[in-house]
Amino acid sequence: MADDLSLVPVPQRKKIPLFQRSIVKRALVDSFVKLNPVVMAGNPVMMVVEIGSAVTTVLFIAHLLAGNTGKVLLFEGQITLWLWFTVLFANFAESIAEGRGKAQADTLRRSRKATMACLEVGKDRFETVPATVLKKGDIVRVAAGEVIPSDGDVVEGVATVDESAITGESAPVIRESGGDRSAVTGGTTVLSDWLRIEISVQQGETFMDRMIALVEGATRQKTPNEIALNILLAGLTVIFLLAVATLLPFSIYAVRASGQGQPTDMFSLISLLVCLIPTTIGALLSAIGIAGMDRVLQHNILAMSGKAIEAAGDVDTLLLDKTGTITLGNRQAVEFIPAPGVSAKELADAAQLSSLADETPEGRSIVTLAKQQGLRERQLGSFDAEFISFSALTRMSGVNLNGQVIRKGASDVIFQFVRNLGMPVAPETEKEVIRIAQKGGTPLVVADNKRGTLGVVYLKDVVKGGMRERFEQLRAMGIRTVMITGDNPLTAAAIASEAGVDDFLSEATPETKMQLIRKEQTGGRLVAMTGDGTNDAPALAAADVGLAMNTGTQAAKEAGNMIDLDSNPTKLIEVVQIGKQLLMTRGALTTFSIANDVAKYFAILPAMFGALYAMPASQHGPLWALNIMRLHSAHSAILAAVIFNAVIIVALIPLALRGVSYRPMSAEALLKRNLIFYGLGGLFIPFPGIWLIDQIIVVLGLAPVC
Amino acid sequence: MTSAGWVQIIIYSVCLLILVKPVGLIIIQALERGKSLLLPVLGPVERACYRLIGVDSEREMVWTEYACALLAFSLVSMVFTYALLRLQGVLPLNPMGFSTSTAPAYATAMTPDLAFNTAASFTTNTNWQSYSGESTMSYLSQMLALAFHNWVSAAVGMAAGLTLVRGFARRSIRSIGNFWRDIVRTTLYILLPISFVCALFLVWQGVIQNFSPYTVVNTVEGAKQIIPQGPVASQEVIKMLGINGGGFFNANSAHPFENPTPLSNLLQLLLIFVLPAALTYTFGRMVKDTRQGWAILAAMFILFLSGVAVCYYFEGRGNPAIARQGVEMSVKSLGDSGGNMEGKEVRFGIAQSALFATVTTDASCGAVNSMHDSFTPLGGLVPLLNIELGELVFGGVGSGLYGMLVFAVLTVFIAGLMVGRTPEYVGKKIEKTDVKMAMLFVLAGSFSILIFAALASVVSLPLGCAANPPGAVFNNVGNAGPHGFSEILYAFSSATGNNGSAFAGIAANTPYYNVTLGLAMLFGRFVMMIPVLALAGVLVQKKLVPPTSGTFPTHGWVFVVLLVCVILIVGALTFFPALTLGPVVEHFLMQGGRLF
Repeated sequence: MADDLSLVPVPQRKKIPLFQRSIVKRALVDSFVKLNPVVMAGNPVMMVVEIGSAVTTVLFIAHLLAGNTGKVLLFEGQITLWLWFTVLFANFAESIAEGRGKAQADTLRRSRKATMACLEVGKDRFETVPATVLKKGDIVRVAAGEVIPSDGDVVEGVATVDESAITGESAPVIRESGGDRSAVTGGTTVLSDWLRIEISVQQGETFMDRMIALVEGATRQKTPNEIALNILLAGLTVIFLLAVATLLPFSIYAVRASGQGQPTDMFSLISLLVCLIPTTIGALLSAIGIAGMDRVLQHNILAMSGKAIEAAGDVDTLLLDKTGTITLGNRQAVEFIPAPGVSAKELADAAQLSSLADETPEGRSIVTLAKQQGLRERQLGSFDAEFISFSALTRMSGVNLNGQVIRKGASDVIFQFVRNLGMPVAPETEKEVIRIAQKGGTPLVVADNKRGTLGVVYLKDVVKGGMRERFEQLRAMGIRTVMITGDNPLTAAAIASEAGVDDFLSEATPETKMQLIRKEQTGGRLVAMTGDGTNDAPALAAADVGLAMNTGTQAAKEAGNMIDLDSNPTKLIEVVQIGKQLLMTRGALTTFSIANDVAKYFAILPAMFGALYAMPASQHGPLWALNIMRLHSAHSAILAAVIFNAVIIVALIPLALRGVSYRPMSAEALLKRNLIFYGLGGLFIPFPGIWLIDQIIVVLGLAPVC
Repeated sequence: MTSAGWVQIIIYSVCLLILVKPVGLIIIQALERGKSLLLPVLGPVERACYRLIGVDSEREMVWTEYACALLAFSLVSMVFTYALLRLQGVLPLNPMGFSTSTAPAYATAMTPDLAFNTAASFTTNTNWQSYSGESTMSYLSQMLALAFHNWVSAAVGMAAGLTLVRGFARRSIRSIGNFWRDIVRTTLYILLPISFVCALFLVWQGVIQNFSPYTVVNTVEGAKQIIPQGPVASQEVIKMLGINGGGFFNANSAHPFENPTPLSNLLQLLLIFVLPAALTYTFGRMVKDTRQGWAILAAMFILFLSGVAVCYYFEGRGNPAIARQGVEMSVKSLGDSGGNMEGKEVRFGIAQSALFATVTTDASCGAVNSMHDSFTPLGGLVPLLNIELGELVFGGVGSGLYGMLVFAVLTVFIAGLMVGRTPEYVGKKIEKTDVKMAMLFVLAGSFSILIFAALASVVSLPLGCAANPPGAVFNNVGNAGPHGFSEILYAFSSATGNNGSAFAGIAANTPYYNVTLGLAMLFGRFVMMIPVLALAGVLVQKKLVPPTSGTFPTHGWVFVVLLVCVILIVGALTFFPALTLGPVVEHFLMQGGRLF
């Protein structure tokens, strides 16, 4: 990695197809590079296959040099070849999974260009230096059109920044000093204005550096579940090694006892071993893990470790912020409720007038609602009016128009306003206010100086479309959703029930959030949450899965174990699904791999022992009866099993990379479905598969017919 | 197969199921809560035991302490047994004068290797007997050296099984119980009362209980017959209840003094399975979800009934070679005759023999009421495979349950991932160390059986060699062809599985076999038990994860079927190649008319 380079924006991230020519090419080369035993040692199952391949190679060459020819040598040569293919296919699977990440890293790296930074060396004194010499704590100034040299916090200024290099999103975002929008990322471009930035990281540890390392898989470590699975696979390999190795003495005994046949040969024994040990999952295990991280990245989420993705699959409780995640984020006017003696039209008219100059989302929604109720849109300048904007002092806004004074605001202030004018407040209106509050809405009372209270506008937190269904799916998956909100318990309860979440935490503070996480974790549950503010950081760090928003502060991004580059908190749900899919893919292929063994026994054992105890008249001994697939000969049977074992790895690469198809449902339903697919499938598919390969082998004349 | 035969099997199954819950509750009461109706009588005895051993029964142990106590106890008692056996000639209660100069001509010498083999055998709850009891053991040896182990080796198994249950039931602590308390309570409150009552029942049925010297009678033909005597009934119940299986006589439960009637046979069968079956309920109760226990029991029952069905089917069909001689095989005048009656007692018939063979090998008992060596090849494959599965279909006292739980752990790990969560079993997450210990357990069993059997198949020792006087090892077998191989495989499977039954054609009382079989027994007991204790020690520290609809349900039929499949694929397929060279090829040869 060239150190004198920094970053410039790259075009939006493209989806990379599963098998891209350049990736495949590189993967083919890597498959051979990975034959290095040192690299192989991390994968005990494939290591055994490689050792087996090496042994058969040596034996084959020895037989060749000894001048052997004929069908036995042909058989030995082919077995050796396919054993090597088995190893290569496994390497290819891993390489192709890594290749996708590498290709992305290359794109990021290629687009790097030397960036100069305008370093502040004293008051109003600047010096232009390469971005690479910047240290943590340095202050730089970045003007419009310039690239931000490194990660940092804005200490002065407001500017629009193009962050597409990181997020792929071309719409510019605003960065300003103080608050939750102060973090800037190296490699992004300032579009307008200028910023004064304090560099917050050392070189080599920038977000972009970490991102390249992550997508490339350079920092990939085995996840806990992967380690456990590896132990299981290694254990099974040793067990099968024992079973196969002891077959040699057992067959020696059988040959002595029957006075017939030959003890089994090394080629058959190694073939049996390779077919029995779980090569399918052994070959694809690391590809599955890499592909999982890649899938998360396709969703524009950067996972800091594979462990986080795995944990996501285990999550029991999702903590979701109400605003922006469950609700649209702004309250909207949904209903005008006129006071007694006031028509709906009059109320709508007054509400609209008072909101014409109100640029808040609530104000605009009132204008829109009035328009929907048949009032034509009025232009601000069309009449002589004085607009009163909301102030913290009066807590009202409104308009003064030809002597008519219209005000809207919270109920207590407006009621006071009306009473000050000497008019009563209708009890019906007061009841409406309470009713709306109880339903979780915000009542906004409208009044004027002539008729007093005109009525109530019902402002409502609007739940995003489809949330209820998603929460139902989550519940089916056994995941509890908890809504976090600063609202009072009444409002919170109403929204919670509308959105269909299981529970809520109202009047939430960072402390209560933290308490909730601790409580859930003590109960043995795993917690996922999203956050963006600095005060979210402790909770993000404590949660098992902490998804930080890219727009958030540096503290939040460092505390979380995933960063959503699109800053869309709803994606936490996708993360959980990807985590589950990752674990399911591992389980499915493990089950498939182990179930495969049954058929392979029926191919290889009769081939190995078919000649024992044969009566003089018959060609085959009694154990040939176990050849239920009616394979042609001992050689073709063993070869067919070995080829099937190798080819199935390639056939399953797409499944390993894409993950098994996943629909949210209960564990029991999922289990039944996957068991039928991968358990029974794994048991039965090899029978026709091996039979077919045997037919092909014989047609091609690669093994004797009997 | 006849319907009468199946009715007997069903009656047995129903009786067993009825006993599961009450006995399971008694076990919890006695072992976990220290409560028993017999407390007024046995409470002082319990406290005296602790004082005698010099231990604090209230102190909870972490798994390493527990394992040390267990190993120390087993080592000391094994050495004690060895010494007692070697010294039986100078010790009392030896009316026949075994191991003395006045020993009868037919007596077997108590050599160091035989004493080692026997001490290992009884310490490990195997009860493999390279000798005939009536021609080798003094009454003192039988009652003290051997019967002592019949009690405590069962208690040790129960203790180890309970630790794993506690591993699942307890949470976020480190201790897995107190070894001394577990074995003393098991012996006093479980084994002792049941043995006492059932021994009386057996005496009523005709089992003998005396200290008389052997009776010599003149038969009608004028021949002289020696009829052995002894304190049989008191040993008989614990032989079954403790899943020991070492017979007082060589003929074991086929001998009319040990097992005289069909009723005594039913009781013996029930005694074998009752504790392991009840422990599944204990497990369910302790993890606060009895459905989990029933699921484990269901998996055991599926494997058990499949075994009985296969064994009974092939024994009932008999030997086609005999049929070809014109012997009518289809007549079923006395219920079940007509099939393969070689080596079977007429008073039990084929159904009871097939049932007994399956039960005694499902559980690691090893008592027999018929000669497994004489079974048809596939009928005999059932006992052999039962043992090789790892003695977990009911299995030994405690050891059957822990074997099954280890496989449950592997099952949720292999298939549980398919629900998209890190696997859990009864609320405990299954992680790296758990998988490691479970795999060590499975590996240890396969290793011992396969390696020792492989050695015995090819090791070539000269004729008259001190280690194995009969010569090359493979000549020790009593039969030619694949059957001889089955005898070797059976011997080492039986030793590793701590079963103790045999394909008796093999001449095992030679230094080579005594030592290798003894090692296999120690391996199969302790090398397999330590990972289980470690697993318990890891599990007990974990938090309990509350089940949700996203949790892999381990109480339904899907799990039961899955568990059975994993046991068959991981447990049985390992031995499939070896079995093809033994019983399977023998079966095909028998169909072709060749016998061995």
